[in-house]
Amino acid sequence: MSQPLIDLINISKSFDGTMVLDDLNLSVKENEFVTLLGPSGCGKTTTLRIIGGFETADTGRVVFGGQDISKLPPNKRQLNTVFQKYALFTHMNIAENIAFGLKIKGKSKAYINDKIKYALKLVNLDGYEKRTVDSLSGGQQQRIAIARAIVNEPKVLLLDEPLGALDLKLRQDMQYELIRLKNELGITFIYVTHDQEEALTMSDTIVVMNQGYIQQMGTPEQIYNEPENAFVADFIGESNIVGGTMLHDELVEIFGAKFPCVDKGFGTNRPVDVVIRPEDIDLVEPENGILKGVCTHLIFKGVHYEMEVTTPDGFEWLVHSTDMCPVGREVGIRVDPYNIQIMNKPASEDEEAVGVNE
Amino acid sequence: MNRKLLAGPYLIWMIGFVLIPLALIFYYGLTDRSGAFTLANIVSIATEEHAKAMWLSLGLSFVSTLICLLLAYPLAMILRSRGMGRTSFIVFIFVLPMWMNFLLRTMAWQTLLEKNGVINGILSALHLPVQSLINTPGAIILGMVYNFLPFMVLPVYNVLCKIDDNTINAARDLGANFWQTLFRIWLPLSLPGIISGITMVFIPALTTFVISNLLGGSKILLIGNVIEQEFNKSGNWNLGSGLSLVLMAFIIISMAILAKYDKTGEGSMF
Repeated sequence: MSQPLIDLINISKSFDGTMVLDDLNLSVKENEFVTLLGPSGCGKTTTLRIIGGFETADTGRVVFGGQDISKLPPNKRQLNTVFQKYALFTHMNIAENIAFGLKIKGKSKAYINDKIKYALKLVNLDGYEKRTVDSLSGGQQQRIAIARAIVNEPKVLLLDEPLGALDLKLRQDMQYELIRLKNELGITFIYVTHDQEEALTMSDTIVVMNQGYIQQMGTPEQIYNEPENAFVADFIGESNIVGGTMLHDELVEIFGAKFPCVDKGFGTNRPVDVVIRPEDIDLVEPENGILKGVCTHLIFKGVHYEMEVTTPDGFEWLVHSTDMCPVGREVGIRVDPYNIQIMNKPASEDEEAVGVNE
Repeated sequence: MNRKLLAGPYLIWMIGFVLIPLALIFYYGLTDRSGAFTLANIVSIATEEHAKAMWLSLGLSFVSTLICLLLAYPLAMILRSRGMGRTSFIVFIFVLPMWMNFLLRTMAWQTLLEKNGVINGILSALHLPVQSLINTPGAIILGMVYNFLPFMVLPVYNVLCKIDDNTINAARDLGANFWQTLFRIWLPLSLPGIISGITMVFIPALTTFVISNLLGGSKILLIGNVIEQEFNKSGNWNLGSGLSLVLMAFIIISMAILAKYDKTGEGSMF
């Protein structure tokens, strides 16, 4: 992790008058696994396509290794893309697909053959040289698409929801495969997905996007544990988001009950949003709880039970726990201070568009 | 049993309008006027007049097909890259002339190209030398291209539309410039469309006699004209049938050559 390798500076893009990216700034370091995460239409794929050269930004610059590449066509950029639906060349066999970029560059036959062997080994598909594209499963095709990109030794690999078309088990396997590849190759990955679990598993840095704005950027732990706004909290994992009042440093009032927390610097008597993850809520005897409620819903989820506890004000708290609480029982709610995440409420409509999507 | 009954009308159609006429052509082509077996009708293709017409037909059809392809391919690529709404309008404009009578369209060219026609009228009004446009091989090629171009555009356009944008993007991404993408990705992937386009232009161009009649006058004889004359003027059905069989053989050979290039089997007639 050293120099910034790619800098997106003041990038804006609109399609037919609809703003897709608004003054986006993003810096990607060398050898980083960066994930652009967000719901569909948030601008993440457009961002990737601008880096790859398939779209031109209306304003702003793309800087790659200190050089402005905004005007370069895709074939002149030192990076390669793995497309969502693989985009393999169906009129070529596997070896020809992998060799495509190298042949264009005029590499020698021996070099190309070595590279094909190496790449197929890397993606665990040795001996597939002569196979046709159609005879491969989705997961195998995806690996060939990756092999086809990495033989060109790009400095950056762009991946556009590469696992989107695969089933759950295969997707999980491929996630580990991609992490291994990245470590073996030592190149930068920029990865686009709408799957938060995928993002949390693989990334060094997650960039959460919504409506053309970056909502939050940070390590998976930061994004999950310290979401900066309600959108991030809601999009990453499940969470209880409630309005509260910051009485003073390290004390927040929710539905009239005082919860000690660890956040400071919000001032006194300020309205705030409070995020509490379902797994961070402890259900205790009613007299020991900070809030009292009644369990109104119970589902067994395998790893844990999912419960809903309704407090007298009508709010339904989502609770994950390995201990079961039968429906109808009165319980107390406790939360450890460091598990309470305080966020500023968006002050205006404008800020709401930038930060929150409720 | 029911299904067999459903096939009945088609079977009757095929026997009545395909197999029997074909058999009659074979019969006439392989016999002389007295009904005795002979190969003379077939062999007569080797006579100077017939061979010349055959080669001219092959040559003009080949050139017309090539021009159609060179015009249609860029057009189909442009159409593909446009938005859907505008595209269908442009395609519509292209197909529109096909709704008009084929003879009428060709006759319109006749009046345009005539010695005292529209084009020469404009030229002389501009004090430019009058050109002899009609009754030339060029006029016939023009007529063929004009009439058959839509048959090249549509199959090529259809097959181009099936190519995923990202396949093209992937080639660009891997370093291919425009021409490398054209020759390594666009053309191989659109081969089925190109082949069916060639089939749909080359065969009617090879067998036409209307276009050469109207735009070639009586000076330029294509094999189609020769066959037509044998049937209509000389009344020699045997010779006409024999030459038709030779023409058919040429078509079969050219289709077989095309089929070799079309591995998917989507485009060709085989």
